[in-house]
Amino acid sequence: MARLNMVQAINLALRQEMEHDRSVLVMGEDVGRDGGVFRVTDGLVDAFGPERVIDTPLAESAIVGTAIGMAVAGLRPVAEMQFSGFSYLMLPQLEGNASRLRSRTQGRLGVPLVVRMPYGGGVRALEHHSESRETLYAHVPGVKVVIPSGPRNARALLVAAIRDPDPVVFMEPKHSYRAFREEVPDEEETLPIGEASVVREGTDLTVVSWGAMMRPTLEAVDTVAAARGVSVELIDLLTIAPMDATTVVESVRKTGRCVVVQEAPKTLGPASEIIARINERALLYLEAPVARVTLPDVVTPYFAREKLFLPTPGRIGRAMERTLDF
Amino acid sequence: MPQSEVASFTVSHLQVVDEEGRVDAALEPALEPEQLLGIYRAMVRAREADQRMLKLQRQGRLGTFPPCTGQEAVSVGAAFAMGERDWMVPAYRELGGRLARGEPLDLTLTYYNGYEEGSHYPVERRILPTQVILGSQVPHAVGLAYAMRYQGEEDTAVVCFNGDGATSQGDFHEGLNFAGVWRAPVVFICQNNGWAISIPRSAQTGSATIAQKAIAYGFPGVQVDGNDVLAVYRATSEALARARAGEGPTLIEAVTYRLMMHTTADDPKKYRGSEEEERWWARDPIPRFRRYLEGKGLWDDDRQQALLDELKREVDEAVQRVEQMAVGRDGVKPDAPFDHVYGTENEEVAAQRAAFLDELKLEGTHG
Repeated sequence: MARLNMVQAINLALRQEMEHDRSVLVMGEDVGRDGGVFRVTDGLVDAFGPERVIDTPLAESAIVGTAIGMAVAGLRPVAEMQFSGFSYLMLPQLEGNASRLRSRTQGRLGVPLVVRMPYGGGVRALEHHSESRETLYAHVPGVKVVIPSGPRNARALLVAAIRDPDPVVFMEPKHSYRAFREEVPDEEETLPIGEASVVREGTDLTVVSWGAMMRPTLEAVDTVAAARGVSVELIDLLTIAPMDATTVVESVRKTGRCVVVQEAPKTLGPASEIIARINERALLYLEAPVARVTLPDVVTPYFAREKLFLPTPGRIGRAMERTLDF
Repeated sequence: MPQSEVASFTVSHLQVVDEEGRVDAALEPALEPEQLLGIYRAMVRAREADQRMLKLQRQGRLGTFPPCTGQEAVSVGAAFAMGERDWMVPAYRELGGRLARGEPLDLTLTYYNGYEEGSHYPVERRILPTQVILGSQVPHAVGLAYAMRYQGEEDTAVVCFNGDGATSQGDFHEGLNFAGVWRAPVVFICQNNGWAISIPRSAQTGSATIAQKAIAYGFPGVQVDGNDVLAVYRATSEALARARAGEGPTLIEAVTYRLMMHTTADDPKKYRGSEEEERWWARDPIPRFRRYLEGKGLWDDDRQQALLDELKREVDEAVQRVEQMAVGRDGVKPDAPFDHVYGTENEEVAAQRAAFLDELKLEGTHG
């Protein structure tokens, strides 16, 4: 057991999976000698050699395209997109090929591929380095989208993603990369993909979030719970697709009130889907409309304004209070 | 010297059998009569299947498909040069090569009849499904080639097909670039059939040849007469030998012609003249190779008729089997599209499948 930040925890997952399974390869831009621009793959090339830790030419579509070919051959490539803002160049490979090859061969071939990418704002980064576009990937049947929120679940979920038989887009909240540490066990640990986690149990209000938004949301939950003397249930979604609607629906049936917090723009984000599932399965339990706290539908603001636009504990807390008071 | 030449290149064109069926003995591959007859049979088989599919489509008995007539020599020549363990990564105009590699004709017909069951691909024969998204298969081939080396299959190579239109796609260039950097054991075969739907090759690229695009990625490109099956065979064999020897990839530009429409939804009269098509009918790869075989005393009218009769029976029987298929009959279940979305159990897919089947029951269809 060691106290690790998320970068170290992801590195541990990669290292241990590579140690016990020779079919696991890491590939991407600057992932070898440089260890990745965030140092997530630091030291792996020394441990496993350049044949398994591949510094690729600079082309996102071919990184994922060649990884698909490797996966067809039985390897388990873990491809890194340097920033999620560059990942859209590989969307055609993911949509057109990785997501469908299982169906296109009627189950005879799968694509056990992981595409890792740092996403999200709050680090005063350059344009195209701060987006939260999980919906683009979650909308594609056949693709799984996982977003951890802390070092321990990042490690456990990445191990599960590498062992999963399907393509997994693994979005890493770069704002949380070095923001805090958690105890991460040395021994193997996995978490099931497709299961949300109830972080706090409560009876008066359900709050759902994921990724980097879990931190401000947790702060808001603690503040409002203490100030109002209410019991709040907090759910960390962890997997965006396939979504664990049951955990959310069961919670809302208990609390009757729900707030969803997402870093992505408002329209057609995962929050929209969560609300639709509540509508289908828990409408008559609701005491208030389900509220959303999101980025507005704007081009992600440059860093001078990003903190004004991203959901804050205060904004999340006010949405919770309005929902409680409805 | 402040100025000096730092790079130069040439691109060669290869023809083994000319349009009259005369062979260049120095270039003629050493093939046994049964191999030569196998090549001929594979080309005629593709032609017969293709033309029957066209008739079926016109009668409303088959969906849209891209005919391969006129281009049989490219994929058949390549398929016969390949080893059992090599991977074939097709685009969608390689019917001859795919059938020769062991893809069942029933599967092709089932797929183009709109059934998921037509995707039950014989991957054990190391053939990937046809690719609709132009050029996106090129990086797959390179990744497969990398994996073959990584897994210790030193003698295995990958043969990847695309058309002239796809050479404008980013994935084509990215794939070739990765292959050059990795010296991957892969042979890229571009079927330059002159047209990408209505766009002629001259409007697709400013390059004098497609073969020369390989030079920029650090490996050889050769142009071959794509209607000369022995030229394709020879060029592919040489490229595969290079790949197996660790010398890296090769790009083969096979110059051929799409004698039919792009797909059955297309009308070539809109953009090209019949004189051009007639010129290319005169270069049809199948009669050319037949003349070559006749010159060797390996073929005659009786054998031709026997082959056509045999292939007609094969195609007839396949069509009959496939046309019996109907959703709801003989295990062709209506909810098949739910089967292979994910490789793991999924509550949401299961719930949506159950709801779908409930609706069918209410509608009284397939319930």
